[in-house]
Amino acid sequence: MSKSFGGLKVLDDITFEISKAKAFVLLGRSGTGKSVTLKHIIGLVRPDKGHVFVDGREITQLDARALSDVRKHMGFLFQSAALFDSMTVGDNVAFPLRRHTDLPDKEIRERAKQKLADVGLEREFDKMPAELSGGMKKRAALARAMALDPAILLVDEPSAGLDPITASEIDELLVQRKHSGATIVVVTHNIPSARAIGDELAVLHEGHIIAQGTAGDLDRSDDPLVKTFMRSEAGG
Amino acid sequence: MAIVDRVGGSVLSSLEFVGALATFGGRAIVSAFRPPYEVGEIVRHLYQFGLRSMPLILTSGFAIGVVLSMHTRATLARFGAEAMIPAGLAVALVRETGPLTAGLLVSGRVGAGIGAEIGAMRVTEQIDALEANAVDAFKFLAVTRVIACMIAMPLLTVMMDFAGIVGGFTAETAVSGMSWQLYFERSFLYLEFSDLIPATLKTVVFGFLIASVASYLGFTTSRGTEGVGEASTRSVVMASILIILSDVILVKIIFFFYPQVPA
Ligand SMILES: Nc1ncnc2c1ncn2[C@@H]1O[C@H](COP(=O)(O)OP(=O)(O)O)[C@@H](O)[C@H]1O
Ligand SMILES: [Mg+2]
Repeated sequence: MSKSFGGLKVLDDITFEISKAKAFVLLGRSGTGKSVTLKHIIGLVRPDKGHVFVDGREITQLDARALSDVRKHMGFLFQSAALFDSMTVGDNVAFPLRRHTDLPDKEIRERAKQKLADVGLEREFDKMPAELSGGMKKRAALARAMALDPAILLVDEPSAGLDPITASEIDELLVQRKHSGATIVVVTHNIPSARAIGDELAVLHEGHIIAQGTAGDLDRSDDPLVKTFMRSEAGG
Repeated sequence: MAIVDRVGGSVLSSLEFVGALATFGGRAIVSAFRPPYEVGEIVRHLYQFGLRSMPLILTSGFAIGVVLSMHTRATLARFGAEAMIPAGLAVALVRETGPLTAGLLVSGRVGAGIGAEIGAMRVTEQIDALEANAVDAFKFLAVTRVIACMIAMPLLTVMMDFAGIVGGFTAETAVSGMSWQLYFERSFLYLEFSDLIPATLKTVVFGFLIASVASYLGFTTSRGTEGVGEASTRSVVMASILIILSDVILVKIIFFFYPQVPA
């Protein structure tokens, strides 16, 4: 697929395939179009040219209702967290459950609490998003993205703003989701985390995927940019 | 030539704006009749727009009643028709001053809020987050506000009318010592349903315009915080202009259906 904004060509005919129940990690420098790529997968951005298939369905061709049905099986963590700031953290996490399940409210609250506990925020249930730090917002938003245990989980820089210990806990959570059958796409700058989660890694640069394969494959790459990437230890 | 281009350009862009707005508003109406009806959100906005605008509406209504009473007195005293003051004031208030003032006040109080809130949700990706959660953001954010505003407007207008009559009474009793009962009676002496109903119902249109304009500008916000401020300000300006312009047409329509023949 290809995508431009104004005169700026962000994605220049990129192609990739993501296997079910595997974790696909998208790497690349800031501003190369990783977030834009992720938004294509859930239909928030439409390609100028090309196709996006999810479970065999061409989602750029779907009408609003059908697209909404596909989205019910997806979780999306925004790079900006994008919590609903008029609701408490607990209501944010409960939001997908209230919209898309018939569970009684008590059960919904229980589940939302559990999801927040999974990301270490059980005590933040009644707080407003504005009261959280950047890293906490990110984790709360991840809890919301995982509320319905979606079959496809798209996460944009989950460990940005987190300390290394919390970051590796989040990695662990994502790996667990993968082992219970979810397909995961992660955008990250954090190479240790990419190694820990990713079955397949891809590096996006100037509109193209310049390298793709397992962490081992990328370690053996001759490309200087890929080398620099794979050698870096941490990062946002 | 430059000036012609400039004027032509701005005429074109206003037409474009009105066209886009009409499409947006039309979509809102159509979408309102399709489930899910989002009743919870509508009630929440009704509370926000209605209840929380009441202090503004009641104090302004009262003050306008006092001022109108002074003007009415000055006019009617010339004809020795002081007894007509309550009726004159009530008719002026209910037919035009109440609805129009309420519309302009709400476009400031509520329009600015809608423009800023939806605008902020746009630039912080909360609208995308709704969509990603398989929620129709247009319906959830815009349609619910349009409906709530259409319900709140006539109710607020009636309150404004009533506060104005109370204000008029206060001014009157200070001068002539007239009793509340007599004042109230005289207020409604010449007031007919054809004064009250169409004038109050036209504010449903004002409510539609306020919420549609503000939601539209909120949804189309870009350029971060600066854009949010602009969406908020433009919401008030555009809604006020549209209210005043639509009022001309609405009054014309009301006169067509309720011709004012002296009895
Ligand atoms: N909605 C948009 N409108 C215009 N330009 C955009 C939009 N979204 C992203 N871009 C541009 O696309 C490029 C890639 O952005 P992004 O995908 O966020 O990069 P990153 O790889 O850091 O996630 C950037 O130059 C950005 O300015
Ligand atoms: Mg990004």
